Amino acid sequence: MPSPFILERSSVTQVMAWVLAALLPGIAAYVWLFGSGILITLTIATVTALGAEAAMLKARGTQVLPFLTDLSAIVTAWLLALSLPSLAPWWLIVTGTLFAIVVAKHLYGGLGQNIFNPAMVGYAVLIVSFPVQMTHWSGPLELAQAHPGFAQSAAVIFGMDVKLDGLSMATPLDVLRTGLLQQHTVDEVMTKPIFGHYGGVGFEWLAGFFLLGGLVLWALRIISWHVPLAFLAGIWLTAGFLHFSDPGRYGAPWFHLFAPSVMLGAFFIATDPVTGATTPKGKIIFGLGAGFLTILIRTWGGYPDGVAFAILLMNVCAPLIDAYTQPKVFGEARKP
Amino acid sequence: MTRELFAFNGGVHPPDHKTESTWRPVHPAPLPKKLVIPLRQHIGNPAKPIVAVGQRVLKGQMIGAAEGFISSAVHAPSSGFVTAIDMQPVPHASGLSDLCITLTTDGRDEWIALTPLDYTQFSPADLRARLRDMGLVGLGGAVFPSAIKLDPGAAHTLPMLILNGCECEPWITCDDSLMRDHAAEILQGVAVMRHLLGSMEILVGIEDNKPEALAAIQQAAEGLDFAVEIVAVPTIYPGGGAKQLIKTLTCKEVPSGKLSTDIGIQVFNVGTAYALYRAVFHGEPLISRLVTVTGHVLRPQNFVALIGTPMIELIQLAGECDHGTGLLMGGPMMGVPMPRADVPVVKATNCLLVQSAELFPPLPRELPCIRCTRCADVCPADLQPQDLYRFAKAQDFGRAQEYHLFDCIECGCCSYVCPSHIPLVDFYRYAKSEIWAREKEKKAADLARERHEFRVFRQEREKREKAEKLAARAQAKKQELTAAAASGDGEAAARKALIAAAMERAKAQKAGITPQNTDKLAPDKQREIEEIEARRAKIRETAHQPLEQEKKS
Repeated sequence: MPSPFILERSSVTQVMAWVLAALLPGIAAYVWLFGSGILITLTIATVTALGAEAAMLKARGTQVLPFLTDLSAIVTAWLLALSLPSLAPWWLIVTGTLFAIVVAKHLYGGLGQNIFNPAMVGYAVLIVSFPVQMTHWSGPLELAQAHPGFAQSAAVIFGMDVKLDGLSMATPLDVLRTGLLQQHTVDEVMTKPIFGHYGGVGFEWLAGFFLLGGLVLWALRIISWHVPLAFLAGIWLTAGFLHFSDPGRYGAPWFHLFAPSVMLGAFFIATDPVTGATTPKGKIIFGLGAGFLTILIRTWGGYPDGVAFAILLMNVCAPLIDAYTQPKVFGEARKP
Repeated sequence: MTRELFAFNGGVHPPDHKTESTWRPVHPAPLPKKLVIPLRQHIGNPAKPIVAVGQRVLKGQMIGAAEGFISSAVHAPSSGFVTAIDMQPVPHASGLSDLCITLTTDGRDEWIALTPLDYTQFSPADLRARLRDMGLVGLGGAVFPSAIKLDPGAAHTLPMLILNGCECEPWITCDDSLMRDHAAEILQGVAVMRHLLGSMEILVGIEDNKPEALAAIQQAAEGLDFAVEIVAVPTIYPGGGAKQLIKTLTCKEVPSGKLSTDIGIQVFNVGTAYALYRAVFHGEPLISRLVTVTGHVLRPQNFVALIGTPMIELIQLAGECDHGTGLLMGGPMMGVPMPRADVPVVKATNCLLVQSAELFPPLPRELPCIRCTRCADVCPADLQPQDLYRFAKAQDFGRAQEYHLFDCIECGCCSYVCPSHIPLVDFYRYAKSEIWAREKEKKAADLARERHEFRVFRQEREKREKAEKLAARAQAKKQELTAAAASGDGEAAARKALIAAAMERAKAQKAGITPQNTDKLAPDKQREIEEIEARRAKIRETAHQPLEQEKKS
């Protein structure tokens, strides 16, 4: 056995556990703002992910227990669940999770080997395949006339009660997109009740709590500041540039920052070490690129939100970014 | 103490476990009955034995002479009889044996005549030769022959001399003890170094977790006739690495692939300075050193141990405990596991760390790398360990080298923090040794190819020379014959001679030509062809035999 003979007390399980813990404030806020249906979604995703993970580990002939307990499958499950609409039907959740774990993770070789962020692959597959079901958001409690309780959420999710009319509501990004397509100006669209101070009613609070969890991860040095800051900066700068060039047609940068999925993406998804860039400079480029692409897709793409596609596109670039951003090693002359 | 310090990137703070062994006073270990002195205790060529089995030697007598430029002498640590010069197990992780001189001590501990050296009276080259014969090597761990490091080279002076008293590895306290007890002597040694190197600026770097050592050196420095700056450096592993210490003290980075002397800085360990003091002021060669015995023992402490003392004897002195799980030479970060406990203490032995399951729990199961880059955060060489690991694992050694594998100092910080518990340093050692092996192989292959090419060239030249000789002879014959014909033998003779000459020429030509496609063959291919040719010749021979028999009958 070679040196060193001592180890710091850290483990993959510990890292993953902290990521899950840091999601809790966001989840609590989700329950408070959008109802308890999310807990059902999270449970379905978790159970599916663990089952798929165990089956795939077994199929691949590796030991099941040490990998099942690394908690990485649960992290994937939760990130996907939190990206899905709160009233998504159960089969949508199961399909997305299965695709994430089986195809995006294990067919690429399992933990540490996947090229694409599994949760985002799951999300992308769902939004491409089932665009209608992916709009089943329950409105923020503040605005909803009728808000689904736990039992009703369960009924909706399991398809026993499909009267969504009073329950579901378009997300702020959808509303903005539709409004702009109908030739309204941004200011006109923004007068609708769904829009709050920065993002959307409820959504902006949710973003705040995900930001809080992200800062905890940063303080614990589980993530570095590079990716989240660069991602937010990429969004802010791109959206800002467009907004100030034509405020009537492009949403304000603050709106884009606090719109759904950005904070979750910046602190929990883009920071996935396996699929991201590894060098400090590379992380900044990765983050800026993801932010830039998010706004491009939101503005001109076919889908209302672009975080998932932006991150997947940057995942492809990560090895190249790393290759071109190797830092100077100790004693190496600075390149002219 | 107002010097501005500069932090190197990375580093870790493992629990230091220093107090276990520092509070007990240093004890000289009793004289062992048998001492085993390896002839290779330093970097470079092993020493050449200069004593015979059965010979009586005195304490301090040279028993192995330095051989070649990079080498160092070894000495009898006590008086007694040489009982063997043979292969013995040595402190190396491989468990392999090496040539050692075994000395059975006679208990009299009788010194050779000691002659202190008045270093100011020697020429630097003479003094260095003396120090080489005193067996002085760096005691910080690298055991590089000190005499070479004390040569300022073509520049005639090395502006800065740094004395390394950091001792950043956990558990080890021998340098700390030495500085507390022998501060003045260490600085006397520094005076000799200064004399040889012509250094203008002298710094002593000591980690700030050793206040007693700092105070002792500070106090001793006040009585010196030259300026020494004592600097408390932040406690961080591997702050005592020479390159890291230079960066901390001067902000200069030793260029990748170069030596500190290339930027005018030489670094010595405090133990080396003390050994130099003993050699110059007392005439004593390097035959003992301070060894920390700690970890899973009853009384962790420092011993003055003779080189060649079996490690197990020191462990027993410190109180051997049950349920030990192993023995390390050195600290937990860079130490070397000992294959057995009866191997001898050598010049590189700064610490004997006895392991137990409690102090050194078995390393957890290895998981795949998740590229979290914790390793890159702590790497003091600013490398990307996660990439080096990937390349080493994929045996992509070219890329590993491109990513500066050889700037890795194997400090172990990356493995220490890895949440996947990957033995990263082991992968780097593997990649390095593979690259070295391949380079060696390539060199050997190049040499073989050159030899073969020369052989082919020589064979061709010989054939050509032979052909030329034959042609010349044929020409001479022809002339002779034409001359004979002219003298009256008639046309028939002349024609005969011409035919003979033509046949000669054809023969010569045939000998001169070599088939092109068998040029420049690899030696093994050549051998294969030769074997086939031999077989064919044999077949031809046997095929001809019955024919000949038929002819006979």
